[in-house]
Amino acid sequence: MQGSADMPELSASDFTPLSGERETQRIVRPSRSYWQDAWIRLRANRRAIVSLYLVVGLLLFTFMGPVLWSVDPARQDVDRISLPPGADRQAEVVAPYQPWQGDEVAPGHGVGEEGLGLAMPANTQTVRLLWEPMPGASGYRLYRNVFPPEQAGSPGLPVAEVTREGQLHYEDRMDLQPRQYHYTLVGLDGNGEPVGSTDTLTVTAQRVITVEEVRARELHDAPDSLSPGDAVRMSWHPLGTDYLGRDMLARLMSGAQVSLFIGILAPVLFVVFGVVYGAVSGFVGGRLDHLLMRVADFVIALPFLLFMILFQVVFGIGPGESGIMPMLAALVLLSWPATARLVRGQILQIREEAYVSAARLMGASRRYLIARHMIPNTLGVILVTLTFAVPTAIFTEAFLSFIGMGVAPPTASWGSMSNEGLKSMLTHPHELILPSVMISITVLAFNLLGDGLRDALDARMRNSE
Amino acid sequence: MWRYTAKRLLQGVITVWFIATVTFFAMHSVPGDPLSEARGVTPEIRANLEARYGLDRPLMAQYGLFLGNMLRGDFGISFTQQNRQVNDIIREHFPVSATLGILAIVFAAAGGILWGALTALYRNRLPDVVIMFLVILGISVPSFVFAGLGQLALVNLNMLAGRTILPVAGWGTVAHMLVPALVLGLSTMAYLTRLMRSSMLEVISADYIRTARAKGVPPGRIFTRHQLRNAVLPVVTVLGPAIAAITTGGFVVELVFAIPGLGRYFVQAVQQLDYTVIMGTTVFYGAFLVFMVILVDLLYGWIDPRVRLQ
Amino acid sequence: MPENNVRSTDSRLNSAARRQLAVYAVTVVAALVVLMYVLSWAASLTSSGVVTGSAVDTENNEITVYLRSEPPQMNTMMSADSVSGTIIGHVMEGLLRYDENRELAPGLAERWSRDGDTMTFHLRDEARWSNGDPITAHDFAFAWKTAVDPDTASRYAFILYAIENAEAINNGERPVDDMGVEALDDRTLQVTLEQPIAYFDRLVAFQTFYPVQQAFFEQTGGRYAADADEMLYSGPYRITSWVHGASMRLERNPHYWDQDRAAIEAINVGYMTSDSNTLLNLFRDEQIVMTNVGSQMLEQAMLEGWEIHRFMDGTVFYIDLNHRPGRATANLNLRKALHLAQDSSELVNRVIKSPGYLPGESLFPVWLEGVDGYFRDEYPAPTYVRDVERAREHLRLAMEEEGWQQPPRLVMLSGDSPVARMQAEYYQEVYRSVLDIEVVIDEQTFQQRLEKMNAGEFDLVLAGWGPDYNDPLTFADLYASWNQSNYGRFENDELDALVRVAQNSLDQRERMEAFAGIQRILHEEVAHIVNYERGLLYVTHPQVCGIIRRVFGAEADYSYARISEDGCSLEGQEQAAANRAAED
Repeated sequence: MQGSADMPELSASDFTPLSGERETQRIVRPSRSYWQDAWIRLRANRRAIVSLYLVVGLLLFTFMGPVLWSVDPARQDVDRISLPPGADRQAEVVAPYQPWQGDEVAPGHGVGEEGLGLAMPANTQTVRLLWEPMPGASGYRLYRNVFPPEQAGSPGLPVAEVTREGQLHYEDRMDLQPRQYHYTLVGLDGNGEPVGSTDTLTVTAQRVITVEEVRARELHDAPDSLSPGDAVRMSWHPLGTDYLGRDMLARLMSGAQVSLFIGILAPVLFVVFGVVYGAVSGFVGGRLDHLLMRVADFVIALPFLLFMILFQVVFGIGPGESGIMPMLAALVLLSWPATARLVRGQILQIREEAYVSAARLMGASRRYLIARHMIPNTLGVILVTLTFAVPTAIFTEAFLSFIGMGVAPPTASWGSMSNEGLKSMLTHPHELILPSVMISITVLAFNLLGDGLRDALDARMRNSE
Repeated sequence: MWRYTAKRLLQGVITVWFIATVTFFAMHSVPGDPLSEARGVTPEIRANLEARYGLDRPLMAQYGLFLGNMLRGDFGISFTQQNRQVNDIIREHFPVSATLGILAIVFAAAGGILWGALTALYRNRLPDVVIMFLVILGISVPSFVFAGLGQLALVNLNMLAGRTILPVAGWGTVAHMLVPALVLGLSTMAYLTRLMRSSMLEVISADYIRTARAKGVPPGRIFTRHQLRNAVLPVVTVLGPAIAAITTGGFVVELVFAIPGLGRYFVQAVQQLDYTVIMGTTVFYGAFLVFMVILVDLLYGWIDPRVRLQ
Repeated sequence: MPENNVRSTDSRLNSAARRQLAVYAVTVVAALVVLMYVLSWAASLTSSGVVTGSAVDTENNEITVYLRSEPPQMNTMMSADSVSGTIIGHVMEGLLRYDENRELAPGLAERWSRDGDTMTFHLRDEARWSNGDPITAHDFAFAWKTAVDPDTASRYAFILYAIENAEAINNGERPVDDMGVEALDDRTLQVTLEQPIAYFDRLVAFQTFYPVQQAFFEQTGGRYAADADEMLYSGPYRITSWVHGASMRLERNPHYWDQDRAAIEAINVGYMTSDSNTLLNLFRDEQIVMTNVGSQMLEQAMLEGWEIHRFMDGTVFYIDLNHRPGRATANLNLRKALHLAQDSSELVNRVIKSPGYLPGESLFPVWLEGVDGYFRDEYPAPTYVRDVERAREHLRLAMEEEGWQQPPRLVMLSGDSPVARMQAEYYQEVYRSVLDIEVVIDEQTFQQRLEKMNAGEFDLVLAGWGPDYNDPLTFADLYASWNQSNYGRFENDELDALVRVAQNSLDQRERMEAFAGIQRILHEEVAHIVNYERGLLYVTHPQVCGIIRRVFGAEADYSYARISEDGCSLEGQEQAAANRAAED
């Protein structure tokens, strides 16, 4: 037999005890902390990841956007009000506006066979109209329409009533856009009744700009070299403009800063306050707990929206203030008790858990208990609460702005922009759609993220999806 | 049970007093008063007005007077609607808000439970996908946009039909209530649908369902008795806060649809600093909500035997 | 258990569940329908609403209209707002009224005479209350005395101060019976004035001067005018139903003296709302006969081919400047700079964009009557041209005078209406870009804004003023040093003296000269910056003719309206005019 030859050589070191570090049982999967585990579960949730990207995108839009798109959101362009997205930008340079008394008539213009004529080419600065006297008329009423009157069924907008004796001209400067206008002139008798004859004229106004405006808006490198007739490109508004001609994209970005500021900071503040309050209450217990919880009960009983409105008025907005602080204060003041209750409940529950008792029996210090058991086990719930509080805060801001008790002008928020946009919903839908879509995206993103976080963080609340 | 109820009621009364006090002092700390008008009046006329409304007394005296009157259920006369008692305003306009609110909550609850159950049963199939998409819309679009669009849709519907199918605004008949109540209940419905879906999914695969099936309980009965009933429980818990949100959150719908509800009056009253109406509505709503929550808690104890009231 | 077996039981369970769910769904829908009917029945217990039909009911000769809100105060002795004024204008009438051409005309008084400081009104024999009782001179005397009684606490008591002892009574210094008004008999009312004034006949068309029957007033026990049956009506219509906050029904008053008026049998107020989108939708749906259209809705109105009308509501809007010592705006050069830097026509043409508005040139609006024609034609407003260079020069002077290192920061107090907000944002940008002055906006709700105006916590405030009666004095005394509505505390002795002249003189030319002087002083001293005269655009139902919009009395007056099947659009009028011409 060769058996003996196979016997290993034994040395003295083989008889020293093994160190305690040797693995007694081999665990197949690597050990993962609670947060690693949660992150993996969150990553597996496609909707949550998409919403996480959305949130990051929103934050980039809000904070990086103004760097890339450096248009001043407060800058008005009263000549280009409520511009839809992507309109044309060509304009012709003209001389500065001079008042007109009906005397000067450009060559090739004047009253034609129609009875109503132009004194010079129509442009967005002015439309100068002249007409022949009508038999039996002592006054005239001038209508303007953007649709052909015979097609629309009415002469349109009564832009002027000319009753001064002998006046046979009118200068229309009201809200002229580069488009076609149909003018109708109606002769009136002494009582203001129509005499029965009308003249019509169709004109196309051309977009114009003065050198002074080119300079003020920095549209050209050398504005002084421009002369009437030259073409200039107007500033570009990719998402159009609002009711004062302000750039919609820049407004959305500055509105985002306000809406997200309130929408994120308010929940953070009241959740932090609620956590401290609830933790103290739950941890100390006894009389203090009872007292603190009664106070929370009172606050929770206040009708939320009623008191939001009331507090908005009570706190007031001083001159030049944006109105963000009062809203923040009111939100925090009214929203903290829910979190406080939740955290207190969690603390009470965890305190009774077997593993906490075990840790305590093994002599764990209070600090260890708080650091290892209380905080990690409540943090998940707190984070979920926080995420779900964001949409609520954003909606509340929008709602208050809608009833006119939100942020003060010229501060913009998505809510106040939607409120303004609602008024011109039919004619300029982009002023309503853009801010409301932003609200919707934000609310949606935070809701889905909250769902994902809840599933990932709280094993018990995880649903079977 | 009775002791518990009595204790809760007593707490409710104290809470209402707290609400009244906070409102009273918050309101009086606002600069200005309801007697100011655009046209300045002589100091003498102003003194006459102040005497008429009792504003010439010190604040604490006014507070005492108010508490005394509140106990007798008298909130005084409105500053802005100068011939109307606040009690009359609440009595005439709260039923409108309540009707709207009840309808909205019933729409929301019925719709939420039905849609939620439906999506769970058709999980990941077409009905589920379509409904969940609508739910996402319902959750993420602000209510004033819905209200505006809803009204626009009504006008266009009527114009298409050539006659009035549903009225565009106003109040009075069943037809007036339909769309406003739907709009008001929409976001709650969406929320409840989500809730119902996930709780239904949890219940569908629970052990007791298997047991019931093994016992030979008919499938229809399993659905009703075991699945639906258990899945509805979490929905009932959120109904309390939802009722509160809907009854006080009706402002927007009332404004847009010209509905003479109490919410609209409250917004006006705050803007015009109508002391008596603000006090009356806040205290009334506060009391209403407090007792509503108590009611829901008691109801929950009755539905779910696991909850012991103490 | 084998896999496929599980699946088959699962699907059996699922399909059973779905069937069950469908049954529930049907049950729930049915229950909902029942619930809605129960609720609507329950709701009808608390309020018997006026169920409104469409805008025009040709069969019953009725129309449906809207009100901006619930009428706050229908008691004519105390009422001060325009919503109540609209209804009061239909259901009440005083000694004099404004007719369909907006001219002053006899109302319940058929004639009147003046003798120094005494005026005598002779009532019509056929003047009747809506319950058939004759309207007597005692009813007027009672109403006027009650209005100045300090216990009534009427805001508008001051409008009666022209009558002897009225002010002393209102201040609690004399008994009510000392008032200079007396019913000589049932048909004759004699008024003694504090001093002769030129415009008293115009005053008595105002609602505070309307009659109230004493017996009825006392019988209501403090609830006079609180409900439809707690009021007696002297006008062409009477209220037959009033659901607070929701609806109202006005029917013809059979006892009204002028049965030629009120061609329409009943006016239903179907909606009480001020939401412009809602009103436009109601009009599109043919539920109301008239609504205002804002600038944002004009394109829609043109697309629909509606008949658009314009109307000046008489209100002048301006930026009031704070003249209190210590305020930056107390400096005349700064005020001039602020004035010259802006352009009211740009505001109207480019920002407000509604052709009803007129760029503001003077505190005195264009429709005020002068000696023979319009005041503004006889005494034109000082000409104004925007001049940026001069504005900057004045600012430089102001900075020198006051020792400012940089342009001052100014607070602009503003209301919370959409137009006010737009206007404030616009001016903020104008002053920033032209003068480099930082204007901070202080937007406040109505009551808080008034509080701040009273306390003088502003540099600029967006304000407006509407007339009470048809005389330039209703605007002219606004900047008198004693006027409580002079929130900027503008003080000018010459202006005060001119106001006294206008109040006391009986010579129209002398009065108009005084108004012209006030107009000049306000311009030279830049007491304020006039923005615009407000105009409204409104659309009317094609079948309803003769709706009158008024500066005084009912803001929208339907009492001269009629329903015309052919329509009264411009084409219709032209057709009618052509027919008239053919007949001639």
